[in-house]
Amino acid sequence: MDILVCVKRVPMSGGRFVLTEDGRDIETKRLGFTISPHEECAVEEAVRLVEANGGTVTVLALGVSESAEQIREQMAIGADRGIVLETDGAEWDPQATADAIASAVQRDETFFDLVMFGNESADSSGYQVGIRVAHQLGLPVVAGLKSVSVTDGVVRAERPAGTGKEVFEVPLPAVVTVREGLNLPRYPSVPGRIRAKKKPIVVHEVSRPPARLNKVRLELPADQGKRVEILGHGVEAAPEVVGMFRKIGVIS
Amino acid sequence: MSALPSTAKAVIIGAGIVGNSMAYHLARLGWTNLVQIDKGPLPNPGGSTGHASNFIFPVDHSKEMAALTFDSVAQYKDLGVFTECGGIEVARTQERMQELQRRMTSAKSWGVGDVSIVSPAEVKELVPYIDESVIVGGFYTKGVGVVDSLRAGTLMREKAQEMGALTVGANVEVTGMTVEDGRIKTVHTNSGDIDTEYVVIACGVWSPHLAEMAGAKIPLTPAVHQMMDIGPTPRFADAKGDIEFPIVRDMDTNMYERQHGTGLEIGSYAHRPILYDPDDLPSVEEASLSPTEFPFTPDDFELQLEQSLELMPEIVGDETVGQKYAINGLLSLTPDGMPILGEAPEVQGLWSVAAVWIKEGPGIGRAVAEWMALGQSEIDLHASDIARFYDHQKTREHIKQRTAEGFNKTYGIVHPGEQWASNRGVRVSPYYSRQQELGAQFYEAVGWERPQWYSSNESLLTEYGDRVMPRPAEWESRWWSPIINAEHLAMRDRAGIVDLTAFAVFDVVGPGALDALQQIALRQMDVNVGKVVYTPVLGANGGFKSDLTIMRLGDEQFRVVTGGAHGMADKKWFADRMPADGSAVLTDLTSALTTIGIWGPRARDIVSTLTSADVSHDGFGFGTCRRVEMGPLEVLASRISYVGELGWELYVPMEQGARLWDLLWEAATPHGAVPVGIGVYGTTGRLEKGYRAYGAELESEFTVVEAGMSPPKVKSADFIGKEAYLRHRDEDPAAILCTLTVEDHQGPGGQLRYMMGGEPIVAKDGSSLIDSHGRRSYVTSAGSGPSVGKHLLMSYLPSEQAVVGGELMVEYLGHTYPVTVATVGAQPLFDPKNERILS
Repeated sequence: MDILVCVKRVPMSGGRFVLTEDGRDIETKRLGFTISPHEECAVEEAVRLVEANGGTVTVLALGVSESAEQIREQMAIGADRGIVLETDGAEWDPQATADAIASAVQRDETFFDLVMFGNESADSSGYQVGIRVAHQLGLPVVAGLKSVSVTDGVVRAERPAGTGKEVFEVPLPAVVTVREGLNLPRYPSVPGRIRAKKKPIVVHEVSRPPARLNKVRLELPADQGKRVEILGHGVEAAPEVVGMFRKIGVIS
Repeated sequence: MSALPSTAKAVIIGAGIVGNSMAYHLARLGWTNLVQIDKGPLPNPGGSTGHASNFIFPVDHSKEMAALTFDSVAQYKDLGVFTECGGIEVARTQERMQELQRRMTSAKSWGVGDVSIVSPAEVKELVPYIDESVIVGGFYTKGVGVVDSLRAGTLMREKAQEMGALTVGANVEVTGMTVEDGRIKTVHTNSGDIDTEYVVIACGVWSPHLAEMAGAKIPLTPAVHQMMDIGPTPRFADAKGDIEFPIVRDMDTNMYERQHGTGLEIGSYAHRPILYDPDDLPSVEEASLSPTEFPFTPDDFELQLEQSLELMPEIVGDETVGQKYAINGLLSLTPDGMPILGEAPEVQGLWSVAAVWIKEGPGIGRAVAEWMALGQSEIDLHASDIARFYDHQKTREHIKQRTAEGFNKTYGIVHPGEQWASNRGVRVSPYYSRQQELGAQFYEAVGWERPQWYSSNESLLTEYGDRVMPRPAEWESRWWSPIINAEHLAMRDRAGIVDLTAFAVFDVVGPGALDALQQIALRQMDVNVGKVVYTPVLGANGGFKSDLTIMRLGDEQFRVVTGGAHGMADKKWFADRMPADGSAVLTDLTSALTTIGIWGPRARDIVSTLTSADVSHDGFGFGTCRRVEMGPLEVLASRISYVGELGWELYVPMEQGARLWDLLWEAATPHGAVPVGIGVYGTTGRLEKGYRAYGAELESEFTVVEAGMSPPKVKSADFIGKEAYLRHRDEDPAAILCTLTVEDHQGPGGQLRYMMGGEPIVAKDGSSLIDSHGRRSYVTSAGSGPSVGKHLLMSYLPSEQAVVGGELMVEYLGHTYPVTVATVGAQPLFDPKNERILS
């Protein structure tokens, strides 16, 4: 099966953000870049599905040319092809993004059985692009998924609902948007990275249609950034540390 | 944390390995009211210490670095944070194998034991996951280890606190500093102001930023070195500790690989230099990991992935082993690769302890604390002294160019004579164009372009034939030319014109000048006007701080002349000791004067055509100076000689230098004089005469008596180091500086080999020579002695070995060569009665 996974290059978080002088953007000159954890799970799932069923994984990003960096990262864990829809770096609203992605899917020589998205991007968290793309392509879409499997051309998709879960069966071709927790993404190996360098990435320049959503500015919340809490000193800290591990789910 | 006091004896800024070490050692030496602050949290404030690879290879070509590392390892062991794992520097090329032999040589000279050259098969036994077909051999050091530097620093800081000497403030940021009358006064922080006598800047990559607040310069740059962690790997699955296999330095690729628990850490110094501005680092809050851990740039590591895969395919090629962590880690780089230690020349009381690596951290903490608290460190720090820099070396551009050039040489094969390629041509003599016309081969010294030899002298090679002692082996003929030796012979036969413009020159003037200089110089300074005094300058321990000449130009005017290399450090030494009441003032004339030397048997013939002044031996005695007219120039002529010939140093204002050169040239060449380069002035001339050089033979570790430079009488006036010096005169010296000749140069394959300096001198049975103070014999200077027809080596020998005619060996690149003790002490080998100088 041939799968397309769409990702977005976003700044790495972890420290306090600094805004540009005009307050419209995050100052990124000292930041690293990545994709959202939802998207990482999407790629991992795609790679697993293709490992099991044969086929290819294509990773697509709409953004600056450096998005190829993120695509290479995904190639290092097993994606086969990349597509960059190269923009000038301006922010695209979800409709325009979905338009461009849908066009690229239709144009592509590969017929994609499954198109996967992270549920929302890590920066703007629009939560719209996957659904809009499905609509434009006339494909069924299920969002917010924590489990995906494929048997005989049918996707079994699960997502939490209260204390239970909803289960969908969707015939391919289909679109799914997935959430972190879907799986545990693998780390790239060195041979994987080396192979990734030789895999093809195609670049198409795209221009932004007139914007229907305009970002005015960003505002930093009051208490952003890291906080350090000393759990204790020496041996006395042990119970606190164990409690913390339980709290974050490292141990049960 | 306790509230910060408003006054302190010393404020230590920085809680990395260096700051913590400083706090402990200052407290140990009795200082109290210490305050240590860091803008980051504790125990890991987020500097280079926090992400360091933490391994220590004790062998270094630099004696100073080896000593500091040795001391650091001892301290880490005392703190219980040292894990020995062994280390192997592997070679992929034969050229590297020779360099590994040099490592063996340095190991022996500085006393690092348990080292050996190993074969690929032996490397494989030690590091089973290596592909030994990729290497041709290795240099194994058993004593290599890994330390927990964070823990070490924490323990040291806590010890200082336990002594009641130290208050610590984390998350305290320095916002400014106040300097009053040239001395540090106050540190301003976001938690209040602290009036303090001393400030210690131990801020790693932020050090220049802090120094600037006080109006001082610390010339380093933050720079990236990439690190990646992959794992877990089956090979280390049963790892009980941090490291159980030796660390591998893949020298030819500028990389290292070390076990890190269950994974493998791969580091690289091979990428393009990535430098940052110290003012442009993220804050602790902004940084995702820490301010010194920048996002990894995978493009810069592409080749390194392949090379580490080549070397360790078992682990690196394993598809199940994932890359967990990768950063562009920041460390500090300096223009000459040495740390930056000491009191800033611009601001009294402001001390720099910057550009220090984990492997020398505690040792440097101890040494600088001793320097601060006792006035002198046990380990000589002259190569790391912050005072060494000239103004142009502190510019951003110079720092950027040299650190970029030096970065990729981190594991490089750096020839002892190798010249920098970047940022040349900054300081040129007034007769530079003349020198260019003569085909001068310019070498750089503290920015000065100095002719090492002149291509125009190539015809001398035919004249002197084999007496120029050619060198058939590539290594020691690199950055060298037999023309040097030809110039030497021509100078001794006729005369030589020598460019000495790189001297550092400063005047000490005033009613208090004599007293001030009496205190500093070992020799008697109350001499007649017109006398030139060559004198050692001692530290309090009676070891060498410098050696230089001082001319008495007037009752209240003295001119100090010293070699350019240590000129600025010497200047600070003198400036610090000028009387507080201003009765003596120091003025730097380095850029105001230029000097040309004219030496050789025909020097008087030449000079007498230039001036009507009486330059006969009786009229112008040796060791005197006076102003004479030469053509339209007024010249300060000084009759001394570092090459051991009749002749003078001629000083004129810089702008008249070209004219002086032309005058000399016109007068000298008909007498057969030739231009002579620093190859002669700095090496061949002085070795034949037994003249010592600071930084080579003369260091704080050796006494005046051991250096064989003790005059018969001691002046009654007091001077720095006198007490120790008198003691040394009473004792039998443990070692004596000797000159040795190489008897047989035949190396492996019959090729003649010539030593270059730093090699161990050993007994005929190969055993090391160690004196009663534990100091090993090694070659302090080496070079050709064309007039005596021998290759000459200087070395301190244990007293019982210091016997003329004694037969010993020198170890060079893995082989031993017989040497003979030719002179003991300062007795010259050539012209022992100094007839030429005194003619």
